[in-house]
Amino acid sequence: MTSLSPAKACLEAIEKWQAPLEKPLKIMEVCGTHTMAIARHALKQLLPPGIVLVSGPGCPVCVTHQKDLEHALEMARNPEILLTTYGDMLRVPAYRSSLLEERARGASVTVVTSAMEALELASKEPKKKVIFLGVGFETTAPATAAAILRARERKISNFFVLSLHKRVPPVLRYLASRENLQIRGFLLPGHVATILGELPFGFLGEDFHLASAIAGFEREDILLGMAALLRQMARGEFRLRNVYSRSVRPEGNPEARKLMEEVFESAPALWRGLGTLEDSGLVLQKNYHNFDAARIFPAPSTMPKEDPLEKLCRCGDILMGRLAPHQCPLFGTSCTPLHPLGPCMVSGEGSCAAAWKYEKNASRAAADFSLAREAE
Amino acid sequence: MCLAVPHTIIRILGSGEALAEARGVRRHIRTDCLPSAEKGDTVLVHAGFAIEKVLPEKEEELGTLWEEIYTLSGEEPS
Repeated sequence: MTSLSPAKACLEAIEKWQAPLEKPLKIMEVCGTHTMAIARHALKQLLPPGIVLVSGPGCPVCVTHQKDLEHALEMARNPEILLTTYGDMLRVPAYRSSLLEERARGASVTVVTSAMEALELASKEPKKKVIFLGVGFETTAPATAAAILRARERKISNFFVLSLHKRVPPVLRYLASRENLQIRGFLLPGHVATILGELPFGFLGEDFHLASAIAGFEREDILLGMAALLRQMARGEFRLRNVYSRSVRPEGNPEARKLMEEVFESAPALWRGLGTLEDSGLVLQKNYHNFDAARIFPAPSTMPKEDPLEKLCRCGDILMGRLAPHQCPLFGTSCTPLHPLGPCMVSGEGSCAAAWKYEKNASRAAADFSLAREAE
Repeated sequence: MCLAVPHTIIRILGSGEALAEARGVRRHIRTDCLPSAEKGDTVLVHAGFAIEKVLPEKEEELGTLWEEIYTLSGEEPS
């Protein structure tokens, strides 16, 4: 009979697999829910010292660009418009303001928990133009697509979507191809993979010889995912492993993808801290342009100047895994959850918010990054 | 943001809607992304939409990995 818990057994196996490998072993997760779970369970502190866990651009709120947010703010200021959004977006700073501040100045901004709720508001308030701010990755985009299809079916003509949806595989390819980032493996987002399936992630092993594992969000799920990654590195066999098969089918969810593909098409998108990435965004297809807020309500021609303090914000480096939150000069001084300057501190799932909430002892994280930097 | 919470489907209401329950709280959810959802299914719900059924882990997928992990840690899997 065994006395080891699954979590402890994973840690022992990770210890053995990592021992002979060249350090540092930089592993990136690209999901805000993983960021929070890793911090909550103190997994960085439990792993052997040579393993450096970093949070990538896995929080859709954090990667929303100031320019796109300014576009949303411009819409919110229009008295004919009721802007609806998930609650995470309210406090995210654009260049000089946020949706919350605009609401305090009289703009109509309402929080919804589903795109369908925004559609219902449009149906109840036919004189208002109701715009839904569509943020999120492939997990969330099918819900927006379903709302648009339902709006068309019900002939609701005052419902619009500003699609800031983004795709995960293109940003993974971008990160994998940047050798200076020295990423050795990716812990892949379980709920994005629930929609996409395994196939779109296979290139990480095949093209880049990087370890990759789709993992769930419980402590044991993440440790099993980490064990799967270390096993690939130890054996030099880089083949995607799905350790979240209770939710992720190899083929994903074809019905959800069908909705997404009916309404959206890939387009270049602007990511905060990363710039424009080809094919990484989802915009409305031609047949649905009458729902496309980006076309109907054009972006402001001039952008306000950036707050000088925000220039010091290192969210871009943090999202690429180049810096730990504690290494940003604003972290914990000018930028705190009560007065956030950067999106990584605003979002409940941001790397900085997670570090602020859970990693009181910053020395381990800082030591990890020093190790990673020495290697670069 | 990609948080998804398991719910049990209590009743299929039609027109892509279902009544579901999680931790004693009942709510209406959409089944547009999971039209095969049935009463009694446990489904993951994200942003008001069921995105997948939760099924037992696949033994063939994880069984060998757990075996290796327990062998490496010097114990037999239970």
